[in-house]
Amino acid sequence: VIHPIPSGTRDVLPDEMRELRAITETLRGVFERHGYGEVYTPAIEYESVLLRAPGSSVSPAYRVFDDHGDVLALRSDMTVPIARLVATRYPTADPPLRFCYVAHAYRAVRPHRGQMREFLQAGIELVGAPGAGGTAEALTVLCVALDAVGLSGYRVGLGDAALYPTLMAAFDVPEEARERMLAELGAKDLVGLEREVAALGLPAEAAEMLVRVPQLRGGSDLLRGAESGPVADALTGLRDVLDLLDPGVAERVIFDLGLARGLGYYSGAVFDVYDPALGAPLGGGGRYDELLGRFGRSLPAVGFALGVDRLHAALSGEEHAGL
Amino acid sequence: VNRFGLTIAVPRGALLRETLDLLDLLEVDTAEVRANDRKLLFADAGIVTMRPSDVPTYVEAGAADIGITGKDVLMEQSERSVFELLDLGFGRCRMVLASVDDEPDPAAEALRRLGVMRVATKYPRIAADFFERSGRQAEIVEVKGSVELAPLTGLVEAIVDLTATGTTLRENRLAVREEIAVATARLIANPVAHKLKASAIDEVLERLRAR
Repeated sequence: VIHPIPSGTRDVLPDEMRELRAITETLRGVFERHGYGEVYTPAIEYESVLLRAPGSSVSPAYRVFDDHGDVLALRSDMTVPIARLVATRYPTADPPLRFCYVAHAYRAVRPHRGQMREFLQAGIELVGAPGAGGTAEALTVLCVALDAVGLSGYRVGLGDAALYPTLMAAFDVPEEARERMLAELGAKDLVGLEREVAALGLPAEAAEMLVRVPQLRGGSDLLRGAESGPVADALTGLRDVLDLLDPGVAERVIFDLGLARGLGYYSGAVFDVYDPALGAPLGGGGRYDELLGRFGRSLPAVGFALGVDRLHAALSGEEHAGL
Repeated sequence: VNRFGLTIAVPRGALLRETLDLLDLLEVDTAEVRANDRKLLFADAGIVTMRPSDVPTYVEAGAADIGITGKDVLMEQSERSVFELLDLGFGRCRMVLASVDDEPDPAAEALRRLGVMRVATKYPRIAADFFERSGRQAEIVEVKGSVELAPLTGLVEAIVDLTATGTTLRENRLAVREEIAVATARLIANPVAHKLKASAIDEVLERLRAR
């Protein structure tokens, strides 16, 4: 007898579960060894609490009314619940605070795309560690964790979420055009971005920068030869991060000035994890220095989340390719 | 594989010839593709051929690193996570709203008297977006084959379809009522390949821009 389950959810049977468990146990072990204690938070929270986070793409997709008429919602990531937890449970604790999680999150899906409504994430949040030092620690834990599970071909793309907004402000791009340009960038439509930039009628040099900068990506040679201005500032920030990394971690990093992560709360360095065995990023993260302030404990923070199923698929893909 | 080390998704059909000319320019060997219209995978040249609407699917999944397809396909599949890198300029077509060439326009009449027009199309997303943006009510009827047949048989009052010269529309006594968009061929890339094979993709881009 076939009893259906909702699309975008799935059962895990023992053979797969053993492999997933091996991955999550390894990740958890690495996180713990680096001082990140595991936390659990409820999958369902008050919607009003989750909505304190800025950015529409993190807003929860599934809501119910409880018996008092309050709206409860399934979390769409772990970063927002941990921001709540820090403000509520650690109101006076001395930073930095380190937490890890292996937990499910819930997002809306588009029909017929094979997207998951419920998916397992493993990640860390480092709270109260500002700037390059904090970012470098998060990147180090990320690479140690990926090495530990046996992923061999991965790269970490590193960019700066503040760069493009700063660039648009520096060239006095009108407010309403900024939104359209960020939308084109978010949709990865560089043809559309070029069309928007051309319509602004900026001096040739400024227009060239607005089109070229999001396409800059590559090794550390990208960091050489930038003059002054917003691009040079962003590159200096990224170079500071790079200088703090061990060679084994630094060689995994590629720079990506066009990196635009979907979540609205990122404020500085952002990163995505790529593996040649998978057509989509395995996960990513970045700095969210403003988010905790929304919950009443203003601390700079950085974190990342890995999609456990995607990591599993990449490991299996690498095995298949004989890597 | 070709000199770039990139697997390239090439659309069969109207865009094929100009796509292959472009690849010749990049010194990718297209002789075997030109000689063989049944074979799909050309491993030596790093080329896979498919219908244009499948190109975003293969590129998004990483089964091909880059690909060429029409903007009409990308608009219809706007949720695909692929980089749109370059407008290649060829394969220029118009996405239009057309109806039987009578006076008054039967589609406008349906909207005026029945409050809704029925519209047949192979592009249900583009059509639905268009009517939503222009604040009109439409019932979208998705068809797979010749869209021109639908208004002639009374299935619908109008169609949304792609036209290059307008000949097929005219032959079926259909008149273009509104232009929705202009579509040309685009170069797209997988988001991971765009980062991990950056120099190869940038070289392709530079050579295509310089042509």
